Amino acid sequence: METSFAITGKGYVLVAADTTAARSIVKMKTDEDKIKILSPHLLMAYSGEPGDTIQFSEYVERNIRLYQIRNTLTLGPSAAASWIRRSLADSIRSRRPYAVNLLVGGYDTSSHTPELYWIDYLGTLTKIPFGAHGYGSYFALSLLDRYHDPEASLEEGIATLKRCLDEVAKRLVVSPGKYLVKVVDKDGVREIEI
Amino acid sequence: MNSLAQRFSTTSPLAHFRKIQRLADEDEDVSDAAWGSQAGFGSLTKGVPTFTVPNLPDPTAFLRLHTDDHADPNCRIKIQHGTTTLAFRFQGGVIVAVDSRATAGSYVASGTVKKVIEINPYLLGTMAGGAADCQYWETYLGIHCRLHELRNRERISVSAASKYLSNLVYGYKGMGLSMGTMICGWDKTGPTIFYVDSDGTRLKGDLFSVGSGSTFAYGVLDQGYRWDLTDEEAQELGRRSIYAAGHRDAFSGNTCNLYHVKEDGWRFIGNFDISKMHYEGPGDVPGAPGGGYGYALRVEGKSSANPPVAEAAA
Repeated sequence: METSFAITGKGYVLVAADTTAARSIVKMKTDEDKIKILSPHLLMAYSGEPGDTIQFSEYVERNIRLYQIRNTLTLGPSAAASWIRRSLADSIRSRRPYAVNLLVGGYDTSSHTPELYWIDYLGTLTKIPFGAHGYGSYFALSLLDRYHDPEASLEEGIATLKRCLDEVAKRLVVSPGKYLVKVVDKDGVREIEI
Repeated sequence: MNSLAQRFSTTSPLAHFRKIQRLADEDEDVSDAAWGSQAGFGSLTKGVPTFTVPNLPDPTAFLRLHTDDHADPNCRIKIQHGTTTLAFRFQGGVIVAVDSRATAGSYVASGTVKKVIEINPYLLGTMAGGAADCQYWETYLGIHCRLHELRNRERISVSAASKYLSNLVYGYKGMGLSMGTMICGWDKTGPTIFYVDSDGTRLKGDLFSVGSGSTFAYGVLDQGYRWDLTDEEAQELGRRSIYAAGHRDAFSGNTCNLYHVKEDGWRFIGNFDISKMHYEGPGDVPGAPGGGYGYALRVEGKSSANPPVAEAAA
């Protein structure tokens, strides 16, 4: 089942999402990128109803780009997360809502702070040091309560993330095969091998 | 099955008694006292003593319909379900740790439940699922373990005890029993754990966690587990894992009961308040790190902000 994780560390946010696109009991694709790069310092992992996920994430991506074109300034992580939350809050009250859950990770270049936001399809937004969506959260959250360190170096952060992925691989019946991991820090966004 | 069929057939002797009973109930002129005491000298107009079962062709399906709160959260009969229990084997014996919360639906029915059943000085059983089912059948298992001892002049093995329970519950399969239990102990073969549930599954293993909070316990337990843990480390791991489940799972919590099984039988280590562990830690016990387990406490004063060195100095 779809699973995504994100953790903050000293000056970065790590975001990981599984790469399977499934329909019914069939894996349709095993290398799908479910982490969108919204701006030079902003990442968004999305999961949920197939179709809604792509539509909504592209809608967000285009609107954040539009804001940048109009104002030359880019939305910071908290502003972007607020805008996304509002979009979902409007959506849930519409005739056909988007069923999409998100983890928005960004680096605030003005305060030099990594920020992570957990957003669900109901329009809940919360700022957190680590988070997860999907069945993986049942195993990862207790683990991160125990092992997460807000001042961990990138190597230590990756090691903690690996603990989560290993635990899910070990215990979850329908565990995802591969994960895509992206990191955002002062230098911007990049994909990392894990 | 035969007795079940008999109970609902219209031609069996039982059905005949029920008919008499119904007539007796309708006709108020028939006095209860007519046959002696209320308990009766074998007055069969009141029927032979049986369980009260729903008057339907398939009472087990009826029970399932009204107790399965996964399919229907509004079901009429709430069975106590939420729990976290764990047990693991290591170099120094077996650690058994459980929470103490009993819930019925969204109601916390009790916070002081003993979910470890002391079968005998060498055997422990854990309790997840239906509280009554676990308590009754594990006590019953204790009787048979003692009988085994008397008959064979030898303590029952954990394997045999767990198989006795597993065969017993398998005989009731599909009739609504709900239990997920770990039978833990020390026998000739050393420390042993068997997982037994009401589906009839019986598994031997080194590490198990059962109940709604099990995923949260596994998250901490798996990552901290090694065969060569010291006694203190192992006790701390058991306690810390139950805390994690008590913290994250709404249906687990209140306190943690900890047991350690060694060659000379089990020993009760203690009862630890989960809120207290969150804020202050488990107290002055071997293996405790000192300080609360809570995330906020652990990372107090830490920050992920990463300002350039020059700016930080300014």
